[in-house]
Amino acid sequence: MDNVIRARTPAARAWRLALHLVLILAALWYLLPLAVMVLTSIKPLDEIGAGSLLALPDNPTLAPWLKAWGSACTGMRCDGVSGYFWNSFAIVIPAVAIATLIGALNGYALTKWRFKGAELVFAMMLFGCFIPFQVILLPMAQTLGWLGLSSSRVGLIFVHVVFGIAFTTLFFRNFYVSIPDELVSAAKLDGAGFFRIFWRILLPVSKPIIVVSVIWQFTQIWNDFLFGVAFSGHDTQPVTVALNNLVNTSTGVKEYNVDMAAAMIAALPTLVVYVLAGKYFVRGLTAGSVKG
Amino acid sequence: MSALEIDNVCKEFGTTRVLEEVSLAIDSGEFLILVGPSGCGKSTLMNAIAGLEPVTSGRILVGGDDITWRTPAERDIAMVFQSYALYPSMTVRGNIAFGLEMRKVPKAEREAAVERVADLLQISHLLDRKPAQLSGGQRQRVAMGRALAREPQIYLFDEPLSNLDAKLRVEMRTEIKKLHQRLGTTIVYVTHDQIEAMTLADSIAVMRDGRILQLGSPDEVYNNPADMFVAGFMGSPSMNFIEARLDGESGAYRLHIATDGEAELTLPWPASRETPALAEYVGRTLTLGLRPEHFAEEDARLGDRAEGTPLSARVSVVEPTGADILLRLPLGDTEITARVGPDCRVAPGERLGLRVDMRRAVLFEAETEARLA
Repeated sequence: MDNVIRARTPAARAWRLALHLVLILAALWYLLPLAVMVLTSIKPLDEIGAGSLLALPDNPTLAPWLKAWGSACTGMRCDGVSGYFWNSFAIVIPAVAIATLIGALNGYALTKWRFKGAELVFAMMLFGCFIPFQVILLPMAQTLGWLGLSSSRVGLIFVHVVFGIAFTTLFFRNFYVSIPDELVSAAKLDGAGFFRIFWRILLPVSKPIIVVSVIWQFTQIWNDFLFGVAFSGHDTQPVTVALNNLVNTSTGVKEYNVDMAAAMIAALPTLVVYVLAGKYFVRGLTAGSVKG
Repeated sequence: MSALEIDNVCKEFGTTRVLEEVSLAIDSGEFLILVGPSGCGKSTLMNAIAGLEPVTSGRILVGGDDITWRTPAERDIAMVFQSYALYPSMTVRGNIAFGLEMRKVPKAEREAAVERVADLLQISHLLDRKPAQLSGGQRQRVAMGRALAREPQIYLFDEPLSNLDAKLRVEMRTEIKKLHQRLGTTIVYVTHDQIEAMTLADSIAVMRDGRILQLGSPDEVYNNPADMFVAGFMGSPSMNFIEARLDGESGAYRLHIATDGEAELTLPWPASRETPALAEYVGRTLTLGLRPEHFAEEDARLGDRAEGTPLSARVSVVEPTGADILLRLPLGDTEITARVGPDCRVAPGERLGLRVDMRRAVLFEAETEARLA
């Protein structure tokens, strides 16, 4: 496994030991907030007030998780984050799917059916990656109003798709550049058209970059708060907005354990997606840089 | 009616002209090779025939139909690419059948075509594999199978052998020739390898800077080149070009070659190879073209009965190839290559007597590189 030849003098060993120690400490330091969250979320409220942040719970309980999921108050309503959790999925899944599909088509057209000005179009789309969210809040609200999509789920999906296309196009364009044009030429001579070539030849070899696009978009849209709070309706708010409302609801005692549990529920899906598809993510990002 | 006719085709990219008034016609069943150095426009011409790039002006006709503005799908043409361009996600079977599927050929017929082609190319045992699982030679066969399955009017081959190793290349070359003889297909084949061109072609078009310099049979192009470029491009090792001064008169022209440290060499120009143009060049320096095999080792046993003009020179390099020996020796102000039999026992630095066969020599105008005689 270890295919490096290292110096074996006592001094070198001591140095290496020190290095590993520092790295382990750094890793623990970074894990600390997560540990505090997990520990706090399974402690009863009285233990939180009494003990230290890092103390193990005396009476571990899942009650804060159940409350966060089903009965915590988010503003006026008191039925937990569960509804908003599904809201997020209802926004994220179509937004990711549409942005990825359009990005793939854009990348395909920009690389394999080059037209006059294709480079300019691509450069302008790239520009979209650098526009801060805040800048478009007002014009987008205006646009959604004109389209009759204000405060609706469809409107929010539309905003995420528009913002996502810049990134997905970049991903797919750079991936398809590395796929030989001759493949498309061969398919043209075989009698296939624009969509047939895309569907039968390009898409089947695009798995790595589809994974990249999906993870990226999923994380971006799931974690989005600004668009969610600005453009969603009252019943279609995503879980990030609900979490904010839950934490900021100020009636009675501050329930830190419930806040922590809710925060972890809100963060879980992106973690799961990354754990399941993470290795493809790295593979997709490096695809094309080395000739297979 | 020609199977393929290219009529005055021009192609421009911005202000650069890649094809300049290219015209040619080939008959059904003919094997045409486009050959030339990289950037000569041969691949552009190929892409124009395939419909992958539009031409700027001119017409392309297949079987008498003007197909200049038809899409690749509407042309009955198949192409074998240098990189093979096999569809990576499909099996060999899927690759071969794809063109038929796109043309809505019924499944049973598609399967029959795949079987037929697989038999022909001996790839039946590979049909369920993916391209990534094949060797270079096998991929090459599949690429040919994909073209053959559709039975198009014209096959295009774009440097199909250049990604193979030397041994496999020779094998596949023979195989392509056999296939052509057996199926009688019309083929346009692009290569920069002049040996491929010589061995495979019925006719060769030598291209340079977007023009066809010469279109003829391999024999014509090799032995009767239109200009110095064609003469130098065809043949390996390539033709020797030697500066020589012409004098004498019709029926008794002579060429004089001055070599440093040697007596001036005089070569008589055979009367049978005279052209009227030569008269204007008396007293001027021309370029004499001699192929390495136009030289032979002096055979002492033949004595005066030996054919050709004698000359002797000091050999600088000896390169045995097995089948014969290549010698480098100074002649005029250059160093030339001579091909002699494998029994020649000369060492570098020694003098060797040679005979030149002037009946096969060619003469070029030194500046324009045009053929004179």
